Amino acid sequence: MVQSLQYLKESASQTAGPYVHIGCTPNFTGIEGVYETDLGAGPMATEQTRGERITIRGRVIDGTGTPLKDAMVEIWQADADGLYNSPSETRGKADPHFFGWGRCPADMTTGEFVFETIKPGRVPFRDGRLMAPHVTLWIVARGINIGLHTRMYFSDEEEANAEDPVLGRIEHRVRVATLIGKREGDTVTFDIHLQGENETIFFDI
Amino acid sequence: MRSPQRALISLEGTKSEITGPVFGHNIINEFDNDLIVNYAKPGEMAIGQRILVHGRVLDERGHPVAGALVEFWQANAGGRYRHKKESYLAALDPNFGGFGRTITDDNGYYWFRTIKPGPYPWPNGVNDWRPAHIHFSIFGHGFAQRLITQMYFEGDPLIWICPIVKTIPDEEAIKRLIAPLDMNNTIPMDMRAYKFDIVLRGRRSTFFENRKEGN
Repeated sequence: MVQSLQYLKESASQTAGPYVHIGCTPNFTGIEGVYETDLGAGPMATEQTRGERITIRGRVIDGTGTPLKDAMVEIWQADADGLYNSPSETRGKADPHFFGWGRCPADMTTGEFVFETIKPGRVPFRDGRLMAPHVTLWIVARGINIGLHTRMYFSDEEEANAEDPVLGRIEHRVRVATLIGKREGDTVTFDIHLQGENETIFFDI
Repeated sequence: MRSPQRALISLEGTKSEITGPVFGHNIINEFDNDLIVNYAKPGEMAIGQRILVHGRVLDERGHPVAGALVEFWQANAGGRYRHKKESYLAALDPNFGGFGRTITDDNGYYWFRTIKPGPYPWPNGVNDWRPAHIHFSIFGHGFAQRLITQMYFEGDPLIWICPIVKTIPDEEAIKRLIAPLDMNNTIPMDMRAYKFDIVLRGRRSTFFENRKEGN
């Protein structure tokens, strides 16, 4: 026998289920009067927030091509200077007018999620090289046993995307396109395909 | 139809993963951790078995995760959820909303008061019933620690025949989602207690090492 490793085990994930809204966005499902507003709802940028305003729109789509109408999407991103509003941010103080986190339930009819936010600045990779601007997305829903992490990059950042260390390590180059949000005007469209031909890349982070 | 067919691509934590939102106590209202009254009419209470659910949020090294936002939601005593897409014939309880939230203290400790939820039938197999359960959503210190899971109750025979529970292949991992009855924290003539500790990931967690409260 050897010594036992005295680590606890991570609690197993379970699906968020179809009624995730009750706990996370009760006002969205019509249960009003307990929380003033749903956490993470509404515009992520205020008037004082620095940076370029953008709207991110998308859907989470299953293996049959049908949008999920019961998914919940959370995003996490840096401010306009590439700093995160988090105690774990060690490089400087992020814009105090930008929290960087948002939560949006998919529309119950169309399946669309929307975030009104700013375009994030570049954040360094672990070796100091700059990553291209990106937002991190986390997706839960009925039928998804463990939250799925992915990233959205921007189609108007071709040069930065080309030198991004994370995109650079994706072996099947044809799949990189699944992580690029299409920018038109102030809107960036990003559909997430859970399964099938255009399956989005998900990360084990 | 909802699970990716290709392997996840592994990504060692960058700033984007090891940072995460941390919520202040100012988002918490006085009764957010009391589901017996937070939706009830003044002077009334929800119907069912009164219980205290409490425990600690820890990382894999056993360190407490302080300041973690914990959200929870559940069906009422009869297994009925307050959700517009829900049609189970069991009645709604007019005094029960079924959700709450709290933030862990410096020791990673949390607690809330609620009604023990009932089992709930669902259209999967022809006769599938969910065991009594409470959904939990937890934010650690990094977005990589984000977790949604479910808590089950000691002794419930439905646990071992539930297809959602059985998505977890390891029996020991299932047991870690089952809260034991905790008579030490039961309040006599008032409510029983269940203890449920939650462990957030610390795997490949060297990046958290410079934080004394982190991994």
